[in-house]
Amino acid sequence: MTRLCERRRRANPGSSPTPRVGMARIVEPPQPIIIGRYTLHYMTVTEVPSHAREATLPAEASPAAYGSAEREPARRLSQLDALEAESIQVIREIAAELERPALLFSGGKDSVVMLHLAVKAFWPAPIPFPVLHVDTGHNFPEVLAYRDETVERLGLRLEVASVQDYIDDGRLRERADGTRNPLQTIPLLDAINEHRFDGVFGGGRRDEEKARAKERIVSLRDEFGQWDPKNQRPELWNLYNPRHRPGEHVRVFPISNWTELDVWRYIEREDIPLAPLYYAHEREVFQRDGMWLAVGPVSQPRDGEVVERRLVRYRTVGDMSCTGAVESPAATNAEIVAEVAASTLTERGATRADDRISEAAMEDRKKEGYF
Amino acid sequence: MSTTTTPYAAGLGERGLLRLATAGSVDDGKSTLVGRLLHDTKSVLSDQLAAVERVSRDRGLTAADLALLTDGLRAEREQGITIDVAYRYFATATRSFVLADCPGHVQYTRNTVTGSSTADVLVLLVDARKGVLEQTRRHLAVAALLRVPHVVVAVNKIDLVDFAQDVFERVEASVAAVARELGVAEARAIPVCAVDGDNIVDRSARTPWYSGPALLELLESLPPSEDVEAESFRMPVQLVIRPQGAAVSEEHREYRGYAGAVAAGVVRVGDPVVALPSGQQSTVVGIDLGSSSLPEAFAPQSVTLRLADEIDISRGDVLAAAEGAPTPTQDIEAVVCWLGDADLRPGQRLLLKHGARTVQAFVRTLDGVLDLDDLHAVPAESLSLNDIGRVTLRLASPVPVEDYAVSRRGGSFLLIDSHDGRTLAAGMVGATLPSAPPAPIAPEGDEDFDI
Ligand SMILES: Nc1nc2c(ncn2[C@@H]2O[C@H](COP(=O)(O)OP(=O)(O)OP(=O)(O)O)[C@@H](O)[C@H]2O)c(=O)[nH]1
Ligand SMILES: [Mg+2]
Repeated sequence: MTRLCERRRRANPGSSPTPRVGMARIVEPPQPIIIGRYTLHYMTVTEVPSHAREATLPAEASPAAYGSAEREPARRLSQLDALEAESIQVIREIAAELERPALLFSGGKDSVVMLHLAVKAFWPAPIPFPVLHVDTGHNFPEVLAYRDETVERLGLRLEVASVQDYIDDGRLRERADGTRNPLQTIPLLDAINEHRFDGVFGGGRRDEEKARAKERIVSLRDEFGQWDPKNQRPELWNLYNPRHRPGEHVRVFPISNWTELDVWRYIEREDIPLAPLYYAHEREVFQRDGMWLAVGPVSQPRDGEVVERRLVRYRTVGDMSCTGAVESPAATNAEIVAEVAASTLTERGATRADDRISEAAMEDRKKEGYF
Repeated sequence: MSTTTTPYAAGLGERGLLRLATAGSVDDGKSTLVGRLLHDTKSVLSDQLAAVERVSRDRGLTAADLALLTDGLRAEREQGITIDVAYRYFATATRSFVLADCPGHVQYTRNTVTGSSTADVLVLLVDARKGVLEQTRRHLAVAALLRVPHVVVAVNKIDLVDFAQDVFERVEASVAAVARELGVAEARAIPVCAVDGDNIVDRSARTPWYSGPALLELLESLPPSEDVEAESFRMPVQLVIRPQGAAVSEEHREYRGYAGAVAAGVVRVGDPVVALPSGQQSTVVGIDLGSSSLPEAFAPQSVTLRLADEIDISRGDVLAAAEGAPTPTQDIEAVVCWLGDADLRPGQRLLLKHGARTVQAFVRTLDGVLDLDDLHAVPAESLSLNDIGRVTLRLASPVPVEDYAVSRRGGSFLLIDSHDGRTLAAGMVGATLPSAPPAPIAPEGDEDFDI
């Protein structure tokens, strides 16, 4: 578990003068434009160079090559810095506006990045809300161990809503296909009610799935936890409004605008420790529905499914019985970044059997209150 | 652990984000164009494309309907329209893009306002056969009011007018006339065929008379819109950070920081700042981002500032450069895009959110609504859903607003229903509507005369 030990922080992640890729620009100071009898203050006048692409510097060019002698290098945030800034603003705003928020933490990479951003948002104060894990009972043991270590290291309060408990006492029934991801909704909603959480941070990203692509950053849920995608609240500028009636709550997605590649580049940049199964390792697996499933207590090969030892890693972690591994030799963050950048499949397409059930599986689950 | 980056990753790290929103009337081809942009830049992964092809085939189409890449809701697919904004992401060698594909239908204008409010560039689609429609005008008015920094006009379905230059030029001229009336300084037009991809990523051989750039070329070359160097520093305080409890280490027991997102300008250690509305001054002694200390911060970074003096600052206050700080006011004149289902009337009480502060607001007067036919303000008793109107508000306590024309973040606000929390309006401080029938349109290149 060396990954969990060393932590290297970039000295000044935000302050490095981020070069703009070679573009000439002529921006006149904004002046009110007066037409006829009325004034509409309006925008900068821009002149567009016709062949910007040719002016592009190669990626290896040293930072010094970007700035010009006469002009101070423009202060522009890099993509990751811009995403980080937006996410931190969202986390702070919701924490300030709501009384009892909680952060969904599964130990998966997206929730880990979200938690890392929350640490930055409140530093040096501790995160001022608890984390909530909706435990399917079908977890990878490495992920549970990672979850507990992280909670311990950051001094967080962990609440667990257990799907297994619901199945044991009959409130939920196991599905025919055995997957428990869709079963998380009821325990999640009950936990929200029980703890009177008025806002729940989730690590959902818009690039994951087409229904998620429609989500607001701050998204209202009615008293039944339902999402109404046809009647979403407007979300303007960076002014977030989580107000709601008693009984309703909001789901908040601070990393909405991050892609899988952004997540991995950020994990690499910030050196964020992750559960080891995200990195290449040998594992006993068998093939089902075109995916490599791990051999484990809840995922046993059926007749005709052959167990093999393969070098694999996980792109997502979820219910072990239906989350597939991908064959990969990528053992470091840098190698994973390169692999994700070259991937021809989405992470869910590659690894989630439950998303393949129907075209609108995710939308339907989200409408019922799923994360 | 290895920390070397691959050349690809290193190249990615240096790019900025450009946020693009689509607009235009229903069925003008916005979603198809976004799908085309994604498809032709090889940004669609094979399982997504396979899913879209499968659905298209099931519907008896011969080619993949690329609009399905963004029209992801069941109801959207049933009706073949966009209902709410879909966000998609793609990158080229020089830029990363956030695409917000907005609906065209008038009923969903509030979603288009949502998508446009954060856009750096609005791509306005116009059907070459239909030209400028009411929604075209409404969306252009919204773009003008929101001051979306760049507007690009895609004259679409050019295939259906046989790639005729004169049709393109007629549409281009009529959009330009509306743009000029609304004060949009630049609205460059491109003839495109979204279904086939003409002039989207590559220049088309079917429009030999058009010598300008393809859409992607233009998007890649747009200059960044904000110039933080030219702005004066502002930061609404979201939280006061005072670590408490046993877990806090000795060195941070005395920590007191003001957390927020820089809304405008640059702040450096040593800068004098003023807290608003109190007017108390202090000096910045530290800027923190997580556990690292920075010598300076600029918009839109999220940071925590430490000050030399223990002055009274709480959530909702604004920290501003000591020089030229705005004067807090209780009286606001503004243009609002009304997004509520129930009408807005004078005398109403609402909440107003500006930066990190929410105050009560009273609607004193309604000073006019934009008539979308001839693009000027007419008197009105009330504002209905999707109306653009001018209002005068009285606030329960002073707020340091600025003209939206000067600062997008400093001049924008929300109106909120205090009972159920609904967001009712997008407001722009100090914006105006054309107040009389428009004067005859000035000829091109002649619009800088003063009256
Ligand atoms: N012939 C032709 N048809 C097009 C073109 N672009 C789009 N269409 C068709 O126009 C119809 C509407 O396209 P969409 O992309 O869904 O339109 P939209 O603007 O996104 O519509 P809303 O989002 O509902 O406002 C579809 O049938 C498209 O195939 C084009 O360039 N040429
Ligand atoms: Mg559409």
